[in-house]
Amino acid sequence: MKIIVCIKQVPDTTEIKIDPVKGTLIREGVPSIMNPDDKGGLELALRMKEQYGAEVTVITMGPPQADLILREAFAMGADRAILLTDRKFAGADTLATSYALAGAIRTMEYDLIIAGRQAIDGDTAQVGPEMAEHLGLPQVSYVTDARKEGDKLIVRKESEESVQTLEVEGPCVLTVLASAFPARYMSVAGIMEAYGREVELWSADRIDVDEGRLGLKGSPTKVFQSFPKALKAPGEQFEGSAEEAVELIVRKLKEKHII
Amino acid sequence: MDSKDYKNVFVFAEQREGKIQPVAFELLGKARDLADASGEKVVAMLLGCGISGQAHRLVEMGADEVIVADCPELENYLTEEYTQVVYKMIVDNRPNIVLYGATTIGRDLAPRLAARLKTGLTADCTKLEIAEKEDGSKEFRMTRPAFGGNLMATIICPNNRPQMSTVRPGVMRKLTPEPGRKGEIRTFVPEFDRAKIKVKLLETERKGCGCKDISEAKVLVSGGRGVHDKAGFDKLQCLADVLGGQVSSSRAMVDSGIMPQACQVGQTGKTVRPDLYVACGISGAIQHLAGMEESGYIVAINKDKFAPIFSVADLGIVGDLHKIVPLLAERLKKEMAE
Repeated sequence: MKIIVCIKQVPDTTEIKIDPVKGTLIREGVPSIMNPDDKGGLELALRMKEQYGAEVTVITMGPPQADLILREAFAMGADRAILLTDRKFAGADTLATSYALAGAIRTMEYDLIIAGRQAIDGDTAQVGPEMAEHLGLPQVSYVTDARKEGDKLIVRKESEESVQTLEVEGPCVLTVLASAFPARYMSVAGIMEAYGREVELWSADRIDVDEGRLGLKGSPTKVFQSFPKALKAPGEQFEGSAEEAVELIVRKLKEKHII
Repeated sequence: MDSKDYKNVFVFAEQREGKIQPVAFELLGKARDLADASGEKVVAMLLGCGISGQAHRLVEMGADEVIVADCPELENYLTEEYTQVVYKMIVDNRPNIVLYGATTIGRDLAPRLAARLKTGLTADCTKLEIAEKEDGSKEFRMTRPAFGGNLMATIICPNNRPQMSTVRPGVMRKLTPEPGRKGEIRTFVPEFDRAKIKVKLLETERKGCGCKDISEAKVLVSGGRGVHDKAGFDKLQCLADVLGGQVSSSRAMVDSGIMPQACQVGQTGKTVRPDLYVACGISGAIQHLAGMEESGYIVAINKDKFAPIFSVADLGIVGDLHKIVPLLAERLKKEMAE
């Protein structure tokens, strides 16, 4: 079985702060990590490798520094790593990103493609399904479990109020939730070894794409402007006894006609 | 492509188990604004099985037209079947804008369609507007949180049509229903390319949480780490009962298994806009604030006077929720009795 896992390097958004004067993101000192849902996807692939025997390839699109998460994937147990890196990919929105990934995957052999549900820097959840469409493959999103049954895949999908069990025929794209696949740690031997292994660097020439559909040029959406969120002025703050606090709350709720 | 050939604001009217979802009505409210701003029509797309009889409800809530596809294949949401039908509706009708709910259905369907239509899609928008450019032409602007809610980004889709966005439930306001409002209801008979259908639904289990949808509540009493445990949430429940509201939770208490995921407020949970939000023992990570800061009136109770939740609270109480919440419930009970 051949499994491809799409991963992304993201800034740890829980560590991001806004510069209160300039109103811009302070990226300095913010660690870059493997996106949590993608790490869950890699965990699912590695579990399937243990259970059924599989070759697990990780692929990412990004700047040369994204090499780091591919080494991390090696240390967790991935067999092969590909870094799609080229200036022509820069400025891509979800459509152009998914198109480039699909262009790379189209040149490879696979039985299953796994991606994280969404990345914590964009939270769009669009790249997985868009990539599936470019490849003409079925997709199941919000996946919490997957197992083989004969030549079919039995997949559990989570929604707001239910859990569905679906049967998928042939190769497909699954997008998974990190919470369902707590990821293993890197092994010490794996870490030592990871730095000696080869990360394949692929440019736009190496993959099957129409270059006009890559990067900024191939992106239908553009950022018109970005700005820090306007926080409303904080209200009144009170510190005193519990009894006084209760009286104050009741008075305010009456004033506002809430009670 | 000439963008002048593309007109009207379309809404994917999501249904589950034959029930049109509240987010569909919320989207119609916003679609009405957008359509009125550019002199276009609001058209709802309703897919399901045995659903035709409900099409008029979409008209009462702001649609000028409803296109209904009603057949057994569409009873439950499945990616490929729904994509084929909505794709055909879009190609035949050339809408300018298409809106979807940012639910597990909308966020699965809309990107699939975006790639099939080769157009742009903006996820989880919190603001949609038709703006006038300097040259007098109109532009659709979609604003959404990015970087975990640390930054807002306004996105445009200048050269591709339709322009598409998903909007989280609870963000837009629905209109007051107008019984007897006139609108056209059109039937669409789908044809499926069955060779492309590779996914079969075997089973659906309902999650047995039994709680009502928190995004519909007028009052929410919400708990975070400071509530500690189930017993702590019982205190919050008493207060919620007195106020006729419901209990919700921060992510921390869902991750630790104390509260069900359906009750979670925030970036990875639900967006809520109750009239009153009482935040108890919630420190207020930006991801949580993103889900509740538009509430009508926010009361925060927290021991730490520097907790970020106080930056959005209308009334901040520095103190012990375990003392204040039960006292407040008692006091309000008396107040209500009078």
